[in-house]
Amino acid sequence: MVDILTHLGAYFLMLRKAFTRPEKMKIFFKRLSAEMELIGVDSVALVSILSLFMGAVILIQSAYNFENPLIPSYAEGVATRDSMLLEFSPTIISLILVGKVGSSIASELGTMRVTEQIDALQIMGVNPVNHLILPKILAGVFIIPFLILLSMFLGILGGFLATLVTESVSTHKYIYGIQYGFEPYYIVYALTKACVFAFILTSISSYQGFTTKGGALEVGKSSTKAVVFSTIVIILFNLILTKLLLN
Amino acid sequence: MIEIGNISKVFGDRKILSDVSMYLETGKVNMVIGQSGAGKSVLLKCLVGLLETDAGEVWYDGRNFTEMNYEQKKALRREVGMLFQGGALFDSMTVEENVAFPLEMFTKMSKEERTERANFCLKRVNLPASNKLYPDEISGGMKKRVAIARAIAMNPKYLFCDEPNSGLDPQTSIVIDNLIREITLEYNMTTVVISHDMNSVMEISDNIFFVFNGQKWWEGNRNDLLKTDNKELCDFVFASTFMKEFKSSSQSKR
Repeated sequence: MVDILTHLGAYFLMLRKAFTRPEKMKIFFKRLSAEMELIGVDSVALVSILSLFMGAVILIQSAYNFENPLIPSYAEGVATRDSMLLEFSPTIISLILVGKVGSSIASELGTMRVTEQIDALQIMGVNPVNHLILPKILAGVFIIPFLILLSMFLGILGGFLATLVTESVSTHKYIYGIQYGFEPYYIVYALTKACVFAFILTSISSYQGFTTKGGALEVGKSSTKAVVFSTIVIILFNLILTKLLLN
Repeated sequence: MIEIGNISKVFGDRKILSDVSMYLETGKVNMVIGQSGAGKSVLLKCLVGLLETDAGEVWYDGRNFTEMNYEQKKALRREVGMLFQGGALFDSMTVEENVAFPLEMFTKMSKEERTERANFCLKRVNLPASNKLYPDEISGGMKKRVAIARAIAMNPKYLFCDEPNSGLDPQTSIVIDNLIREITLEYNMTTVVISHDMNSVMEISDNIFFVFNGQKWWEGNRNDLLKTDNKELCDFVFASTFMKEFKSSSQSKR
């Protein structure tokens, strides 16, 4: 318990140091754009493939389960859209990004720590937390919601493509289904979750990497811890946000 | 000049430094020697503020570093250059960008001026043609020289070197040693070198401090070192046959 509180305290102290005015805005924006590329642009392919196939799978599974004549024929479209918007895109994609982006952040910072690059920054008079971590957090919070929007679109597109190859759902009924009873609030809900999850995954991974002690073995351990703790906290906040935002 | 007054450092129940006091002169190479685990690196980290001391004070030219707040320490650190054991170069930057980084961060120099200054520093450490290479494309000795170039880019008053020769061949070690000595005299810096390489000690040191079991056990210069009868220091310095022979030959010359 003492250990958890110590880490929690250190995590919030790190955040306080991170959210200070950068030394030079020009360098900050340079680092921010580089991080956006690393976190966002480099994840586009993974998010696209996953979303496309997941949308198709949700449609096929829905069609398999909705064989009851009492269920309207457009229900598969509604189910695919709502599954993508409410859960798959914001939560599952965030969890997948924890594995890709979170572990990369933790190992990058961990390596910098064990090779004394962070100490070198500190000796120069640079605030290493602000210089290294703030751009990662802001880039994540800004760019991950765009990845989530892309995932929503591609997931629904995946469902559409699946209707072309399966006979169980007709294309026009699917298109009717994805428009039926659409709640624009679902987008707001998904993007709110995306922002919170992005903050969690970037900040926890940064903390794990930044506090690495030892050598190469510890860098690997920090990377694993970053994935484990980010996943647990995201799942916890998923429940809290769902309860708060959909009540 | 740097004055260390009775500093102590404890990790858990282990006392790493105990009541260490030193007077590190300007324009001189001040060498801190001692066995592995004696507390040399911890002493260096306490000096530059990477570790907080549990007791004692560190003064930089009359300025009490221990009492300074975060912003004051940050300002003082711009007068400090440090050479880390592995070089600690930023992997994502080229050699030239590494050297120019502190200039970009803390000066209003234009890009051309920064490049010019970085190339001047690289030329000073005899690395004129490596500026576009990345740290993983250069040798260990070259990394150390780039780190020295980065350390002197801001014209520091104080230079700290943590085992500058570790992992280097004897020839490259001499190049690095001579560079440290030349730069110290050229920029009139207070240089502190942590080492257990006796060749370096005999080559470039002006003042020598021997740390043993977390305490300053002995201090003097090269001549004093050859005459000393301090048992712990003799066991450390004259552990090799070469150094024993060196001592006896220098005594017979006298």
